[in-house]
Formats: sequence, C-alpha cells, structure tokens
Amino acid sequence: MLRYLIRRLLLTIPVLIGVATLVFALIHFIPGDPAQAMLGEGATPEDVAQLRARLGLDRPLVVQYGAFLNGVVHGDLGVSLRNDQPVARQIIERMPATATLAFAAMAVALLIALPLGIVAAVWRGTWIDHGAMTLSLAGISVPNFWLGPLMAIVFSVKLGWLPVGGSGTPAHLVLPAITLGASLAAILARMTRASLLEELSEPYVLAARAKGVSRTRAVLHHALRNSLIPVVTIIGLQFGVVLTGAVITETIFAWPGIGRLLIQSISFRDYPTVQGCVLLIAITYVGVNLLTDLTYGFLDPRIRVGR
Amino acid sequence: MVRAGAIIVFLTVFAAAAGPWLSPYDPSSQQLSQRLERPSMDHFFGLDELGRDIFSRVLAGARISMLVGLTVVGISSIVGIALGAVAGYFGGWLDEGISRSIDILLAFPGILLAIALVAVLGPSLRNVVMALSVIGWVGYARLVRGQVLRAREFEFVQAARALGASTTRILVRHVVPTTLPAVMVQATLGMAGSILAEASLSFLGLGVQPPTPSWGTMLNGGRLHLLDAPHLTIFPGAAIATLVLGFNFLGDGLRDVLDPKRQRV
Repeated sequence: MLRYLIRRLLLTIPVLIGVATLVFALIHFIPGDPAQAMLGEGATPEDVAQLRARLGLDRPLVVQYGAFLNGVVHGDLGVSLRNDQPVARQIIERMPATATLAFAAMAVALLIALPLGIVAAVWRGTWIDHGAMTLSLAGISVPNFWLGPLMAIVFSVKLGWLPVGGSGTPAHLVLPAITLGASLAAILARMTRASLLEELSEPYVLAARAKGVSRTRAVLHHALRNSLIPVVTIIGLQFGVVLTGAVITETIFAWPGIGRLLIQSISFRDYPTVQGCVLLIAITYVGVNLLTDLTYGFLDPRIRVGR
Repeated sequence: MVRAGAIIVFLTVFAAAAGPWLSPYDPSSQQLSQRLERPSMDHFFGLDELGRDIFSRVLAGARISMLVGLTVVGISSIVGIALGAVAGYFGGWLDEGISRSIDILLAFPGILLAIALVAVLGPSLRNVVMALSVIGWVGYARLVRGQVLRAREFEFVQAARALGASTTRILVRHVVPTTLPAVMVQATLGMAGSILAEASLSFLGLGVQPPTPSWGTMLNGGRLHLLDAPHLTIFPGAAIATLVLGFNFLGDGLRDVLDPKRQRV
C-alpha cells in the first residue's frame, strides 16, 4: 500500500505543475496587452505601464513563470485588482461557504439517489425501474441554471417558503443545495442501480435467499453494502460536477462562495483573482480525485497490484 | 427511449433548419409597448423584456445550439480520434506526451477551463466554440487510445501488418474503424454536453452575446424578471432540457445497442 501511495503521489506532481502552468498561461492568452485589457480602453499609457510593472508583466516570461510558481507554493496568489486584497485571503474567506454548499448538495444527492437506485434495481424491468431511470436521465438533462430559478419561482415567489437568495440561515441553503445536488443525484442513482444489479446476481446473494433470508434483508444487508463501494468512488470522482455546478448555483442564489467570486472577478477583469479561483478549484479537484483513488486502492487490493 | 430521443433531436433539427419559415415574428423585432406580455394565442411563449416574441427566439436559439453542438463535437472528435489513435498505436514518448496533456486538462473539472478561457479571450460564439473544443477532445482521445491499445493486438491488424500495409493504412482502414461505435455514443452524449455548456456560458454572460438569441442568454435575461414574468425563464429552459434529454436518450440507447454487456445488466 505504501508503494502505491508514494507512486500515486508522485504521479500527481506533474499534473499539479501542468495545472499551474496552464493557469499561469491564461493571462497571456488575453488578446493584445493584458494590462490594457484589464484597465480598459480609456486607461492612460502611464496607468497601463504601472499595472504591467505591478503584475510583473514587464519581466521576461521565464522570470514571471518562476515567480508565479514560487508564489503558488508559498500561498501567494497575488493581489486583487478590484480591492487590493490578497487573492489568497479572499478565497480563504469564501471557502467555508462553497464547502458548506458542496457538502449539503452531496447529502441531498445521496438522499435522493440511494432510494431511487435501490427501487430501480429491485424492480428491474418494471415501470418503477423505467420511471426511476427516466427521472434520473431528466435530472442529468435539466440544467441547474434552469432548475434553480424554477424552484425560486415556486418556493420563494409563489409559496414564500424559502428565501430567493443570499446566505446566513439554514433556509438559505435549501434551494442552492437541491439545485446543485439534483444532477449528481441523477448520476448516482444510475450508478447505484447498475452496481446493485451486479451484486444481486452474485452467488452469495442467491445463497442468502436460499437460506431463507428475506428479499429486503438480502438487498439491504448483503448486496447494498458491497454495491456502495463503486458508488462511494463515483461520489469522489463526481466532485468536479459539484465544483463547477457551484460556480453557476452560487451566481443564481447570490451565495457568497468561490464560484461567485470567480464570476464577479471575470466581470471586473480582475484576472489575478480569476487565476487564483481557477487554480484553487482545480487543485481541490485533483486532491479529491487523489483521495478517491487512494481510498479505492485501500478498499480493493487489485487496484494496487494492477497499477 | 432511443425513439423518443430521435424524435426530439429530429424535431429540433427541423426547427433549427426551418426556423426562419416557422417563426411567426422576426426574433429581433421589438414591441416595447407589449414588453413582458404573458403567453397568448398571438405569442405562444409570450414576449421578453424588450417585447420580442419568445417563441421565435426559441426557434432561432435552436440554430445556435445545434451549430455549437455540431461544431464542438466535430472539432473535438476529429482531434481526439487522431491524437488518441496516435497515442494508443505508437506508444512511447508520443503516448506519454498526449496522455499527460489529457491528465492536465482532466484536472480542470467540467467547464471550468472553458469559463477561464472565455474570460480571457472575451465572450463570443467563436470563443465559446474554441474553449469547448479545447476541453472537448480529451474525452475522445482517452476513449480512442484505450480502444486502439486493444485493437492493435487483433489478428486482422497483425495480418495487415504482416502483409506489409503502411502504418497510415493500418490505422485509418483497420484500427480507427473499430473505435467508431464507441465514438458515436460519445459524440451523441457530447452533443448534449456541448449544448449544455454553451447555455451555461451564455447564462453566465460569457457566451453568445445579445441580441443574438441563445437559450442561455435568454435565461440570463429572465433572471431579472423571475417575479413579474417567469415565462422568460420557463420556455428557453424547457427547450434546453428537452434537447439535452433527447441527446441523452439517444446516446444511452445507442450505448445499449452497441454494447451487449450493458443490455444484460
């Protein structure tokens, strides 16, 4: 396991360097002069030159790259052009809100997906199965930027049960969490069904049934437990869906997280903050994927040997 | 499900192609005195914040969605098949280089990299297509690489090699065709993904810019009128969800047809 762990960690390092390199390169993809683009057409040449010097854009590219990587390693992501605050501090301040939303969405997803996947697998081929899977495919297809406003229309505008946006109370979390969790729930329901169906056809389940174990007990106590291993892995791998979805959901519901900071920074052309947000989201995603891989390797020794 | 998907997709293609003749009004013509008017027999989906007919704009939006989907899937699949086939067939440093690039691009979740690229390149239809293609080829390349790794060991491929067929001929005539069923499924689901991604970017104000009617842009405009005119949100969103569902039905059905193992499960 230790060898697998070290190998997996070493494989992550070039990916992280690649991610940082791509994020560094972003600012150089801006057509024309990046400093001019950030300040707008009306900026004076002096202002542009000053910003170029401040961002280090007047230095050779290699030096800029070295300074960027050094900053990333030391947690220095530069200073926001909008409010002169360190980018890292802004992101850290917003992190708890995004984490809360992400975990709430995952909880919602599990609450919907597990029962749906189980009933679909147990009543395979019946209208219940078809209904549950059609519902899950609909869940994947409905964009969260439509589902969110629709729920706001019903639960906030028409019924007045929940706040339409903002944060502060648990009630504020309900609509964003359901909006963000819906597509994940749809994916997990399909996974749970497929995984449970495979387990249900295993000899140990048939043996349990032959020994007189009830159908419910055979499903819930025997098959479900084993079928959840790949589902748990998928939850980890689908964390990216949650992170990207958070960008849109936070924008819809004015949720004060990193996603909203990213979109606000784009509209203000605050590129250091844009770079910081993108980098942090990507690193978090890589980290979660690594953890998922390690967990899977821990749970299933064949993975460790296979690689 | 395949049939339902095919019908939805066919109707959308028809609406996109025949839109200019089907539209009861010019999608850009404004009737400010009737702005935000609710759905009626004159205007099936009502009017938007500038008094434009939403039904006509939804039809015009279908053209944008199909255009983006087809272009992104076309570019991504061609680049992905070429790079995946080269990586899988030749192996070595070529495979290493391509596989590491795939790893790096996959480290960005969903459309995050597309958001970042469009943020720096500027919002426009062309940049959306470019950004989505940059992230889109990765899925095809990874899929094709895996399939080619398997296919290069097939007896008919080894026979072609033994008969002296050139590498290009082996790849193009024998190896790549074995990957096409899987690519077809990926492309169908990719249409759904690209349409959703374009709508997401346009919703965030980073995609197609007004006054061009895109479903995502229309939803973005509807956000300000959730209280007084929910029809601005309901119809363009329903159009996106229906078309994406259609492609997902089709892709799912194709996968079941092309992979007998999945049928058994």
